[in-house]
Amino acid sequence: MEREDALVQLLTPDGERIDRAVGPDGVEYSVELTDEEYRGLYRDLVTVRRLDAEATALQRQGELGIWASLLGQEAAQVGSGRALRPQDMVFPTYREHGVLYCRGIDPIMPLSLFRGVDQGAWDPNEFRFGMYTIVIGAQTLHATGYAMGIAKDGKVGGDDGEAVIAYFGDGATSQGDVNEAFIWSAVYTAPVVFFCQNNQYAISEPIERQTRVPLYRRAAGFGFPGVRVDGNDVLATYAVTRHALDHARGGQGPTLIEAYTYRMGAHTTSDDPSRYRPAAEAEAWRARDPIARLAAFLGKQRIADESFFADVDEQAKDQAVRLRERVLTMPDPAPESIFQNVYPHGSPLLDDERERFEAYRKSFEGSAH
Amino acid sequence: MAAEVLTLGKALNAGLRRSLERDAKVVIMGEDVGKLGGVFRITDGLQKDFGEDRVIDTPLAESGIIGTAIGLALRGYRPVCEIQFDGFVYPAYDQIVSQVAKMHYRSRGMVRLPIVIRIPFGGGIGAVEHHSESPEAYFAHTPGLKVVTCSNPSDGYTMIQQAIASDDPIVFLEPKRRYWEKGEVDTEAEAYPLHAARVARPGTDATVVAYGPMVRTALDAATAAAEDGRQLEVIDLRSLSPLDLGPVYESVRRTGRCVVVHEAPSNVGLGAEVAARVTEECFYSLESPVLRVTGFDTPYPAARVEEEYLPDLDRVLDAVDRTYGW
Ligand SMILES: Cc1ncc(C[n+]2csc(CCOP(=O)(O)OP(=O)(O)O)c2C)c(N)n1
Repeated sequence: MEREDALVQLLTPDGERIDRAVGPDGVEYSVELTDEEYRGLYRDLVTVRRLDAEATALQRQGELGIWASLLGQEAAQVGSGRALRPQDMVFPTYREHGVLYCRGIDPIMPLSLFRGVDQGAWDPNEFRFGMYTIVIGAQTLHATGYAMGIAKDGKVGGDDGEAVIAYFGDGATSQGDVNEAFIWSAVYTAPVVFFCQNNQYAISEPIERQTRVPLYRRAAGFGFPGVRVDGNDVLATYAVTRHALDHARGGQGPTLIEAYTYRMGAHTTSDDPSRYRPAAEAEAWRARDPIARLAAFLGKQRIADESFFADVDEQAKDQAVRLRERVLTMPDPAPESIFQNVYPHGSPLLDDERERFEAYRKSFEGSAH
Repeated sequence: MAAEVLTLGKALNAGLRRSLERDAKVVIMGEDVGKLGGVFRITDGLQKDFGEDRVIDTPLAESGIIGTAIGLALRGYRPVCEIQFDGFVYPAYDQIVSQVAKMHYRSRGMVRLPIVIRIPFGGGIGAVEHHSESPEAYFAHTPGLKVVTCSNPSDGYTMIQQAIASDDPIVFLEPKRRYWEKGEVDTEAEAYPLHAARVARPGTDATVVAYGPMVRTALDAATAAAEDGRQLEVIDLRSLSPLDLGPVYESVRRTGRCVVVHEAPSNVGLGAEVAARVTEECFYSLESPVLRVTGFDTPYPAARVEEEYLPDLDRVLDAVDRTYGW
């Protein structure tokens, strides 16, 4: 790694605070948080990890069709998620359960998608958090267009300024859509932050299969700043994201943030990482665990004590138990739901089809169908 | 002994292996096809045995996969592209319909693009959105492309080899819900022609036309109907473009009844094409209109209701019953 590719870091893996760090963009990053805010970040990290573990377990028990775990990426998600202001808009992919949690959305929401009960239908307008996007990279263009709309509405520059953040993975940077989003956002100075979680793999393919240069450096070629941050450092991801959002809000256009992190688990529960990655690699990353490092800092600084940690664990566990109960009692959708919401005002073709479907189902009444 | 019992997935793998062995110009390319062996393991072990030059893990970019395959084909290679799931072919759609399909025509025959685009398609595996689509009509509607789909291990084994050997660009649809179903594969049998339909089960009372994942369903319906004394003839189309409807006409002239089954929505789908042509060719033999049993004209629904969406044996039997109502 070249020197300028060093990560922005504000908390070492051993939990030592670094006062300020200069990014490759020349910006000096720092954070000053209250003890309560530090504890809050810790609580978020533990909670999203616990809920994620519960979802993985539910999948193993056949209660979810599949699950995309965020294990290892908590700091990238919580740090960036907590840097958002309420008026900001988020365009996630399918792994942003931690950001979703920070947005105040009921964590049951993504589970209904992965259980197959619906397609992840929370209200993007209410929560300012878009629907999960499974087609890789597509949402980066939506984010850019939304940001162009903000600029058109004159909502940049002032105090009530809005910004947009788009999440995607390292693999996604190979998609045409993502590159087109970079072009558009630069050309139109759109208030958008591209937040790439480089977790080193796109399913089985290592980062070398997507790029020969560090991803954050791509931004320069499109004409906007790029910064690489330690994605396992919640303070650094918070500081870098907040700065990029302010930059966008202030009318200065896009930033690419590369959160350098690692996917500790499988790509999804249907994946087998032992086929393509050495166990020792994951072990090495374990030493950079985002939760352990914040815990070390909180302990050393006496911001938190044993009873606090125990209490956070206990509360996270309670939330997980409640989540589990709710998943187990989640009803299947009614068959007729297939026909709902295809068009806002219906369609004669579908009305006809639904009627025939209902008549057909009625013909089985009383039988075992 | 040349006959083995294989799953469809393993049969496709064996067919790909044979093609790689036979022609050094064949290359397999796609996301995760190397070390992982593909998300469905269809290319399992091939990179290990043929090397990274022949079995290529590509960047995560479908338009790139097809676009570069065109260049490789222009350079004399025979690329076999894997699109990971049906719903992810659309980023490559432009390259497929605007470029792959038209170069032979535009160059007045001077350019050949022997490209195979493998796509696991269809539903029934409880997946999240974009993982269960049936895009066949988009491709079958495009002149210059050929579209085929296998329904059983034996066809999987031979058809993939024939597609790779063909000079035409071919969209090769694999019914993903049938990957794990077993069947006999005779590796020395003479190959049945790629673009020919086949009678999957002979019968006398009604003709059921299906392809890909629905052939199994149609066969199950025929078994159930036989218990009630009705003999259904099941025809596996195999080739969706060009369509080989000769065996269908022959059958309908005998049975007088025809039901077409597919998972894709009915509106402007392949069933409409088959129905129109059968009506035209067999008008005086028909006892009743040609009926379609299809997915609904909605986006593919959430997994917990896909059983309602997908045509099943009962819906096929119901349609057959209805053909008796005229
Ligand atoms: C257009 C498209 N192609 C393929 C896929 C299948 N797929 C799902 S996730 C994935 C890997 C994504 O890797 P990355 O962008 O690094 O994100 P990560 O999952 O690691 O967070 C692939 C290939 C897809 N969802 N969309």
